[in-house]
Amino acid sequence: MSKHTLSVLVQNTPGILARIAALFSRRGFNIDSLAVGVTEHPDISRITIVVGVEDLPLEQVTKQLNKLVNVLKIVELDPVASVRRQLVLVKVRADNETRSQIVQIVDLFRAKTVDVSPEAVTIEATGGSDKLEAMLKMLEPYGIKELVQSGTIAIGRGARSITDRSLRAVDRAS
Amino acid sequence: MPMTEQATGAHHPQPRPRSGGLQQSATEHVTGAQSLIRSLEEVGADTVFGIPGGAILPAYDPMMDSTRVRHVLVRHEQGAGHAATGYAQATGKVGVCMATSGPGATNLVTPIADAHMDSVPMVAITGQVASGSIGTDAFQEADIVGITMPITKHNFLVTRAEEIPRVIAEAFHIASTGRPGPVLVDIAKDALQAKTTFSWPPVTDLPGYRPVTKPHAKQIREAARLITTAKRPVLYVGGGVLKAGATAELKVLAELTGAPVTTTLMALGAFPDSHPQHVGMPGMHGSVAAVTALQKADLIVALGARFDDRVTGKLDSFAPHAKVVHADIDPAEIGKNREADVPIVGDAREVIADLVQAVQKEHSEGHRADLNAWWADLDRWRESYPLGYELPTDGSLSPQQVIERIGRLAPEGTIFSSGVGQHQMWAAHFLQHEAPATWLNSGGAGTMGYAVPAAMGAKAGRPERTVWAIDGDGCFQMTNQELTTCALNNIPIKVAVINNGALGMVRQWQTLFYNQRYSNTVLHSGPGADAKGPSAGTRVPDFVKLSEAMGCYAIRCESPEDLDKVIEEANSVNDRPVVVDFIVHEDAMVWPMVAAGTSNDEIMAARDVRPDFGDNEE
Repeated sequence: MSKHTLSVLVQNTPGILARIAALFSRRGFNIDSLAVGVTEHPDISRITIVVGVEDLPLEQVTKQLNKLVNVLKIVELDPVASVRRQLVLVKVRADNETRSQIVQIVDLFRAKTVDVSPEAVTIEATGGSDKLEAMLKMLEPYGIKELVQSGTIAIGRGARSITDRSLRAVDRAS
Repeated sequence: MPMTEQATGAHHPQPRPRSGGLQQSATEHVTGAQSLIRSLEEVGADTVFGIPGGAILPAYDPMMDSTRVRHVLVRHEQGAGHAATGYAQATGKVGVCMATSGPGATNLVTPIADAHMDSVPMVAITGQVASGSIGTDAFQEADIVGITMPITKHNFLVTRAEEIPRVIAEAFHIASTGRPGPVLVDIAKDALQAKTTFSWPPVTDLPGYRPVTKPHAKQIREAARLITTAKRPVLYVGGGVLKAGATAELKVLAELTGAPVTTTLMALGAFPDSHPQHVGMPGMHGSVAAVTALQKADLIVALGARFDDRVTGKLDSFAPHAKVVHADIDPAEIGKNREADVPIVGDAREVIADLVQAVQKEHSEGHRADLNAWWADLDRWRESYPLGYELPTDGSLSPQQVIERIGRLAPEGTIFSSGVGQHQMWAAHFLQHEAPATWLNSGGAGTMGYAVPAAMGAKAGRPERTVWAIDGDGCFQMTNQELTTCALNNIPIKVAVINNGALGMVRQWQTLFYNQRYSNTVLHSGPGADAKGPSAGTRVPDFVKLSEAMGCYAIRCESPEDLDKVIEEANSVNDRPVVVDFIVHEDAMVWPMVAAGTSNDEIMAARDVRPDFGDNEE
């Protein structure tokens, strides 16, 4: 099964996330990661969905998504021609002995220490899933007390924007 | 009537004369409820089936004064929903039903799901508790928008009065264009009560809804090339052809190509049964000729059909030699079940019209395949394995004969509806399906109890036509309460109860696959009773008395000698609903049959009779 990243532009209407999530589950697709946020246009949100499916069922789920009336546009982002990022916040056990080692790991991964207490440090890191997994693996021996991760967000490289045309459609209608 | 050409609001505003004499776009000061009724008037909704209740109550007050919207007070919301779909399929317009919040709305769930599966344009309007109470488990609160999300084409929750005209316009537009389907509009009670202004047409805003109707020229050319070179082509016609109003174009294409035509359960009437190129219905209970034609085809041209499992049987052995041209207005149907060699997204009427031109061009260039050998095969299958039935030897009524005679004696233009089960398949087989919009049934969802309320809706929409509901005794007991509605509202439908005292189709499966162990399929007697036959039954309920109690003219028929006389009597009564209780033989079965989950190659023409396809000759 291969991973696909879909960027879905939607009208900012109540229930749109439920419509999309429910469509995935009733058609038998599992969402690996999901992130939602408003775009440069306040009426349009962008949902980034990472889904593990083969090509043919992906086409089917994309077509079904397109049928949702509030969905404006769906673009599959090519992993090579796009930038994708996740954010993690992780609380790691740290005492006077281990703290400096942990800070070293943080520096290696160009992460940030955002909170320190006598027993723990909290680290903020962004990156692709490979980098974050590698960092967490390094931190694991010290004892991960709490971990929270965001869904992946992604954007295509280069000057082209996938929102341009969709925004025009909304402008025309309103 | 093509559903894509309906007046549906602001996208294609169609001025219409108004009784009030107000100017178009003049602003009226109204309540949300009045705005709703005014909007329904403007979109041309002339009939609404429904039941009032607390949350929708404000809407029923202005409804009383409307001279353009007729409200039919049904006895159960399910009846309102099926009536709306019956109305829609008989008239080509959007069917409308209305219910209150909570249980009123949830009772609409089955007909909405039914309309969704069969792509019937319908708008369901439900009342919702006041917006401030939403989410508090208020009295009669149900999240009907959440509940119907997977079974509607789209749905809306309206909490502000000023949104009502726009949402109604959008709902009718969405329901009737593209691939038609049900749209639910849930309106909070305080939005109905609030003061607002009304003007028409409203500004609609659907930037994400752009159905493609015009087919791609290159795909059409490629399809025409395949059609004119195939040696064993089949036109596989689905309900989309009826919805697009493309039957005239289909006839031209069929005659131009000379290819055999098979019409699915949803497409009966799209191509005349009597046409020499019609080979019958495909699928589980299709004709041997149609099923075999698809299995042996080298090209399937699917027009507004969706390769449903009831058509294909076991998918990986369906039509193994065929290339597929698949035309549908819904891109998601193309390639969903069967990969298409030539996908065409578009409205069936435009697709077929374009195909006709492209095929003519191929013909003019001398490309035309010889189909004589193919027709020799098809004719052999048709002649060897025609649809038929044996009359019972004990002198009881044959259900197939009853249905066939009703069809023969029905006046020109009669509309038939049916429930779900054996009687539905016999109605598909033994009625003559010659014209569009004369066959209403629940195909995708298989909703028992569809026939009576759908017939009611059809008759309300087409009062000049005779409407016969062919129903089973199982189905009839699910929705017969709407006969009261028919009797009180001058909707004189006719109902044939094909009464075999059993859930016949389930019983047939028990006969074939469960060693004749008839678990819970005998309807006319309780557990442990010695149910030897329908005449041994208890006659509980007595359908004649039941129907009379609901204001109908009711007759019973038990003997083949009385059959024609009884049907003619039923046809002669037109001042109230008529119910005929046909006591039929309980062991009759539907043939041909492809057992569920098996290949269509395993079709049985009759019990223990597998057709000889001449496989050895090839």
